[in-house]
Amino acid sequence: MTALTGVLGQPPRVVNLGLEVFAVEMESAGATVVHVDWRPPAGGPAVAALLARLDD
Amino acid sequence: MPLRAVVRRSSYRDSMVLMRVAEAVRVLPGVREAAVLMGTPANHELLASAGLATTETKDAAPGDLMIAVLADTESAAEAGLAEAERVLAERRASVEPAGRSLPRTLDGALRQMPDANLAAISVPGEYAAFEAQRALRRGLHVFLFSDNVTLEDEIALKRLAVERGLLCMGPDCGTAYIGGVGLGFANVVPRGRVGCVAASGTGLQAVVARLAALGEGVSHAIGVGGRDLSAEVGGAMTVPALEALAADATTEIIVVIGKPAAPEIVPRLETAIARIAKPVVVCCLGATPAGSAAGRWVSTLEDAAELALATLRGQTWSPRMFTDPADVRARLPRARGPRGTILGLYTGGTLAHEAGLVLAPLVGADAYRLVDLGGDEFTRGRPHPMIDPSARAAHVRQAGESGDVGVLLVDLVLGRAVHPDPATPLAEAIYDARRAAAARGRELGVVASVVGTDGDPQDLRRQTATLQAAGVEVLPSNAQAARFAALLIRPDLDRSLLGS
Repeated sequence: MTALTGVLGQPPRVVNLGLEVFAVEMESAGATVVHVDWRPPAGGPAVAALLARLDD
Repeated sequence: MPLRAVVRRSSYRDSMVLMRVAEAVRVLPGVREAAVLMGTPANHELLASAGLATTETKDAAPGDLMIAVLADTESAAEAGLAEAERVLAERRASVEPAGRSLPRTLDGALRQMPDANLAAISVPGEYAAFEAQRALRRGLHVFLFSDNVTLEDEIALKRLAVERGLLCMGPDCGTAYIGGVGLGFANVVPRGRVGCVAASGTGLQAVVARLAALGEGVSHAIGVGGRDLSAEVGGAMTVPALEALAADATTEIIVVIGKPAAPEIVPRLETAIARIAKPVVVCCLGATPAGSAAGRWVSTLEDAAELALATLRGQTWSPRMFTDPADVRARLPRARGPRGTILGLYTGGTLAHEAGLVLAPLVGADAYRLVDLGGDEFTRGRPHPMIDPSARAAHVRQAGESGDVGVLLVDLVLGRAVHPDPATPLAEAIYDARRAAAARGRELGVVASVVGTDGDPQDLRRQTATLQAAGVEVLPSNAQAARFAALLIRPDLDRSLLGS
């Protein structure tokens, strides 16, 4: 529970993957944000699923 | 007519950026049509059907960006391509820190910000679970906006989050407020004493916007995703979220918001609520308590906000049909006239669901139909209707040509990251639908509610005025709008809804 109450205590420090507008809006609302230049893995969802199984 | 296209190799941009770029190009003088799309098979079909496919675009891969401009002259087409490049660069600059390139992966981002504590994920659904799993394994809380994530993946992600003592907000989590920061589609609301646990993004927006209108703010709002209270997911995030707000010093009252909890989950929810020393208001639309006295259960989002505030202020409270019955009585004579059924065209799924709960007992199932344009089936491969109003506008125009629709019932949701001016395209579609209906000798009534605050970037008053100028009856809440729609087609309901 410490981690849960901890995240509520102050503006979050956010890694944003996906819509750029969320990075802009979260930053203007007081969060610290690093936006990721995300792109789909070559090979599509099947490769992403395989990478997920390999990822620890 | 000149058609020019370019392909930017390995240059992925999100669907919302691409939509805004295309909009910027289409308004240029001499430009007839423009498309800015990733090279997926579906988008190649779209490009071909619009007559915008060229030799340049034909071999674009899903990771390649296709820009095509059809214009009156070569120079207008060239200007269109240049404008697309300019807007793409401008958008990128808004998220790129000066002098540093953007990381390509979550791990790259964590090297730049090792103390990050939350990942906000809105990538296409088929990739979202992978990214969320990676973030949880790195010890980050997750705000998972993406939809089209499988139930199995959701269960696995939430199990992982619980094991690690982390929040997995979503999938399909539209809105949250964490540490004073709105995530996703978030209305601009003050900090305050009300904590929310929400299995519904638009439901949460409706509650916090109503609270803001009444002068109260939000401590935190933890989204859990629309399926959290299903039998399969079992409230996996709702229970820890309740516990977190129970322990949070700034939260004085908790509101639980969602579509109906599965009957077998209700006792679990009640047990969790019974352990909390703070007052808890529950609005699980359509669900009733299993029997314990845990929490106070209400039947509409508006009631949830009003009961929470009354509790904080030590006031008694009872539900009302309309905030201002006299105003409704005054408006009815000029609004009445349409004959036929009610068609609800919603961008907020929970608002659509709430409308159904209000309408069913009033007019019966045959007298209304509700469409949630934010549902998975409408958002695959395209932006949410709160970002891109065109899908709903098309449905509104169709309604004008439908023989049996007498009243349109709509929501208009404002907030950060939402379309900058959603009322205007909706109002334009309403004008067209009304004209089409009139040409067929019919009258089409339109009833709306607006979810927004005075702090929202779209300007709540201007959005409301735009709808009213289009002849829309705007009510203070979604439930009231549904009741008003019922009154338009069923004058015999006056007594039960207005007490006269």
